Amino acid sequence: MRLPIPTKAPPVRTEQIILFRVSGQLFAVSSASVQEVRSVDTLAGAAREIAQAGLRKVRHVVQRGEHFFYVVNGAMHFGLPPFAPALVFVLRRTRTALLIDGIEKMTTMTRLQALPQAFCNEERDWYRGVTAIDQTVVPVVKPEGFLTPDELFVLDSSLEPKDSASQPGDSAGAPPSVFEGGPFRSSDANDSAMQIAVSGSEAPDSSLSGFPQSDTIDPASFPQ
Amino acid sequence: MTPQTDSESFVLLRLAERRFAVAAGDIAELVAPSRIFRFPHHTKEIEGVILRRGRIVPVCDVAARLIGKNLRSRRFYLIAQRRYATGTEWIALPVTGDCELISAEMIPASEADLPHVSGWLSHDGDVIEVLNLNALTPGPLAAQPTAPVEALPQEAHS
Repeated sequence: MRLPIPTKAPPVRTEQIILFRVSGQLFAVSSASVQEVRSVDTLAGAAREIAQAGLRKVRHVVQRGEHFFYVVNGAMHFGLPPFAPALVFVLRRTRTALLIDGIEKMTTMTRLQALPQAFCNEERDWYRGVTAIDQTVVPVVKPEGFLTPDELFVLDSSLEPKDSASQPGDSAGAPPSVFEGGPFRSSDANDSAMQIAVSGSEAPDSSLSGFPQSDTIDPASFPQ
Repeated sequence: MTPQTDSESFVLLRLAERRFAVAAGDIAELVAPSRIFRFPHHTKEIEGVILRRGRIVPVCDVAARLIGKNLRSRRFYLIAQRRYATGTEWIALPVTGDCELISAEMIPASEADLPHVSGWLSHDGDVIEVLNLNALTPGPLAAQPTAPVEALPQEAHS
């Protein structure tokens, strides 16, 4: 008699996520989507104001190399009450730097449920889906959902006149951009969550004094 | 031997003083109210979501549309199946009283009826609207199927 060959249960797919708050509301983002976590203090002096009245959630832009990152106010994006952001997420494969209250913890999700189809408005662009963490339902944000192509077009257009006068990032007389020479990671989307840049530890020289060590976030220090 | 009739099963639900009916085949279960989780969105008919049997179920208060006011208190959530072009999903409808399973003959709605009325039935001296959940609850604007379709897996991954 032959015994049946035991079949292995397929491994559960998991995804590491960062739980964060915007205006007190809890959200999740795949940690692989977060390229950097910075203190907002490190943006001071580096972010340039945008005179673009049509998009209230974006008031500043920062430049790194040839790329502009638009600083999106998370509360305004989601229609939440105003708050004083403490951190900024630089989102991988986007041109978004997202202002948030703070990080709750890093954790793992084992199941992502598609957003129910009853939600049929803009939120479908905001969220990848919803997940349950410790019996709490948390929406998982879509990094590319913070700025639509149309919004990016408007924002890019708003930069052009100033660009002709002086290149953004030309910091004559201004403090160095937080992103100039900063510790941006490679754009490899497969980097794991724990590869979120720790700005101070990677700062090559003291010219990056715009990134004081005390303002940087060590992912290892996130509550698990 | 009793003669065969064309009666169908319906679940009667109560919203304040009024009763409405939903085809019994569209009902998943009746559950006690549980915590509603809210997050930002722009679909005003949806209050939030509840967790039920591992599923995340949107809560849609239909009272404002049916009786002209929101419910002050709710006794149960009637979890119904809402059909979409790509499948069916659960939706939780807050109700204010016990629900009742009945058999009755439905008179189909006429063109003069509102879109969320799929028909009428007579029960205990009342004329009761049979609700068309596809028209009553929000969803994509795509055309809705008239026949049930297999539910798609809800998980993006598991």
